[in-house]
Amino acid sequence: MANYIIEKLKKLNKGKDKDDTENERVENTSYSTSTSSNNVKKQKQYEEDKQRNKIILKIFRVNFTSDKSHHYDKFEVPLQKSTTVLDALIYAKSYLDNSIAIRYSCRMASCGSCGMRINGVPRLACYTNVSEFKGNDTITCEPLANFPHIRDLVTDFSQFSDHHKQMKPYIHNENADISTSQSPLSEFGQSPEDVDKYLQFSYCIKCGLCYSACPTVATDMKFPGPQALAQAYRYYIDTRDVLSKDRLKIIDDRHGIWRCHFAGSCSKVCPKGVDPALGIQLLRDQVFNLSKHEKKIARELGRKNK
Amino acid sequence: MTDIISYDIIIIGSGIAGLRAAISAASEDNKLKIAVISKVQVMRSHSVSAEGGTAAVIQDDDNLESHIYDTIKGSDYLADQDVAELLVKQMPFEIYQLEHWGMPWSRKKEDGRIAQRWFGGYSYPRATYAQDRVGFFEMQTLYDTCLKYENIDFFNEWFCTSILTYYDNSFCGVTAIEMKTGEFIKFKALAGIICTGGAGRIYSFSTYAYSSTPDGLDMAYRAGLALKDMEFVQFHPTGILPSGILITEGARGEGGYLINNKGERFMKKYAPNKLELASRDVVSRGMMKEIDEGRGFKSDGGVDCLKIDLTHLGIEKIQERLGGIREIGIKFSGVDIAEEPIQIRPVCHYMMGGIHTNIDGATEMNGLWAAGEAACNSVHGANRLGANSTGECLVWGNITGKLAARYVLNRRNSGTSSPDIQQQQVIDEEKRIYDGIFRGRGQINPYEARMNLTDTMDSNAHVFRTELGLAEGLKKVRELMKSQWRHVDDTAREYNTNFINVMELDSMFRISEVILLCALNRHESRGAHAMLEYPKRDDANFMKHSLAYFGGPTREGPKTDWFPVTFTHYKPEERHY
Repeated sequence: MANYIIEKLKKLNKGKDKDDTENERVENTSYSTSTSSNNVKKQKQYEEDKQRNKIILKIFRVNFTSDKSHHYDKFEVPLQKSTTVLDALIYAKSYLDNSIAIRYSCRMASCGSCGMRINGVPRLACYTNVSEFKGNDTITCEPLANFPHIRDLVTDFSQFSDHHKQMKPYIHNENADISTSQSPLSEFGQSPEDVDKYLQFSYCIKCGLCYSACPTVATDMKFPGPQALAQAYRYYIDTRDVLSKDRLKIIDDRHGIWRCHFAGSCSKVCPKGVDPALGIQLLRDQVFNLSKHEKKIARELGRKNK
Repeated sequence: MTDIISYDIIIIGSGIAGLRAAISAASEDNKLKIAVISKVQVMRSHSVSAEGGTAAVIQDDDNLESHIYDTIKGSDYLADQDVAELLVKQMPFEIYQLEHWGMPWSRKKEDGRIAQRWFGGYSYPRATYAQDRVGFFEMQTLYDTCLKYENIDFFNEWFCTSILTYYDNSFCGVTAIEMKTGEFIKFKALAGIICTGGAGRIYSFSTYAYSSTPDGLDMAYRAGLALKDMEFVQFHPTGILPSGILITEGARGEGGYLINNKGERFMKKYAPNKLELASRDVVSRGMMKEIDEGRGFKSDGGVDCLKIDLTHLGIEKIQERLGGIREIGIKFSGVDIAEEPIQIRPVCHYMMGGIHTNIDGATEMNGLWAAGEAACNSVHGANRLGANSTGECLVWGNITGKLAARYVLNRRNSGTSSPDIQQQQVIDEEKRIYDGIFRGRGQINPYEARMNLTDTMDSNAHVFRTELGLAEGLKKVRELMKSQWRHVDDTAREYNTNFINVMELDSMFRISEVILLCALNRHESRGAHAMLEYPKRDDANFMKHSLAYFGGPTREGPKTDWFPVTFTHYKPEERHY
């Protein structure tokens, strides 16, 4: 079943690529193995960019406490070969307007702080090269959608974190805490294959891009969202965890996993190559098999088909 | 007047050490109330950027003695030997504990047991790894495990500004600003643990996250605690250009070569046995020598550099074990490490120094501990081995969390009521940050001042140091410090990062001053501190830790002192790799 879904998803994704106009921009965020062509492409871009030495940053400005209305400010920022959107933003903050509110830290796509909408697409500012926007001299930076605003590009992550916490995202196993007195120390042990089952889902850096891109979250704030559901699957499938059925109960709810209508935008925007849409489908498969209610429906459906 | 929030234990910082301490304290007694206060959101701390591994003795043919010896030799014999021993003995437990909490350690194909790789300065491949995202996975495992405990509360994006003390100089809380609202708040607690990490952003070319500024170190320093061994700043051999992002030592551990512009593996000159896998201070010095003698490359930005060649490892091995850095190379340098060598240069990476603590991580203040990079319990001496820092965070996170919990329980059992905050300290602190910084005036852009400071540190306190360079650096830093940058142009209360940035800069100046002064005082070359005038280690005069105390507001500079090194049975010898 799982393999079948993976194949199906792959096909589906391929079909999507063709008619998605945003695709070229988003594609650069995910990891591509066809690197030689990538390099040639990059080379060309850099050649083109040598002509360009500045860019206009258009930044969304708001401070809800003092003023409910928002506006955009434009800043002209000088460019170098490898300038990222974050570099440009930090330049603007340091030399043009100290009051720009922005959240950033690691500048290497590990910490997940600098998620924002760049020209409408949720991306990490540190992981977006200005050179990607060919022939476009204005880059628009706006806060992530589906998150409450705090100020300018900074949004409130508390609800997002709560959804994650609801998934009980930790190993349930009575032997999980080992005491120092235990001797000899031992491992639970896992084959590389066991690790592979959950590994890609554990790349999640909680940057909130998928949550921002999710059309279901936009209409139902009680829906846990792709990040949390992918983590639910990550712990469900981990051989060290024994909570299994109870994990599925958490998400088998009318605001839960069934709300996902598979837009797949979560997987497209993930900067770390996590495929939450796949996780959700695999998880659904498990819930479907275990849920009594759904089993009954399945039986009914089966009868009708006969 | 400001509000008070009460907890039993306050942990400042939410990196590996902070989260490990939180779990350790929380599991000691579920009635203890624990607050983790961090200036970033949890999971954004710089620990997520640790890449290559965590060292531990877990294989049948490895042994503790060898790990202890490697660590002490790596430290150039400045490590406190009992402390190094404690680290090594505790580490296997931490590796297995993480494994039990869900850590995706990479596994051996044969038996599914935890795999390990080579790292610099070790005589056994004992760096436990999870691809090349070790710190990230450790953070994730610890954070997710924290969510299991109802008695841990997270204060995300609260910037701590000062330590509050009781009349007998024991810890009683901190002052902090809630960034979202801009409110100034007092935290009251019996015990505190500082886990605010290193301060590598005082250098321009640095692997550190932008948030790695010395706020925590400075807080302790201003509270009268000593900073120890601050002159020892580690330069990692392989930072990519122009960003300074790290290429893990695991890249050399997996077989990568360092090459100069003649295509030579030049490390054979400097470390004939270990070559690229000598300790970091040795490799970085070799690299700077190559560059100084004209065998380097020029980067696009005109910076001198060398290259690391990984192409011979093959794309499969690179993808499996070094996928993260391949991604980084393509994205941030435009180079695919599987296809061509990538330009690199020694880069500020770690501070061996920190808040002076004893073997248990206890500071000189009752009720206050420090763990991780912010602390200096002298486990790394003059040079840290790769893969020992995440280990340090885990071990002393655990130890300090436990000790802080027991301290609180003891105080409670003996009927001591929690002491009251001294109002005068709060008033003074409000004055310092609001009158002195928020409402300050000046002509100089603080961001420019910051760049001048970090450039000065880059050029005057780098891999090789001279008395003249350090003295000039100190003079320049002091001049800059006095210039008119103490002002905040953003007048809003809410999420004012301009205000935070200027407070960070304030701490950066004081800590840079300490580093330069301590470096000037050490007339020898030991570990990461290499003085051209004093090329040899001088055990007769300098086998001792340096201490620096805050001289008070009307001071001329830090007050310095020395502190003895603890020996067990490892005799200092000349290091060869």
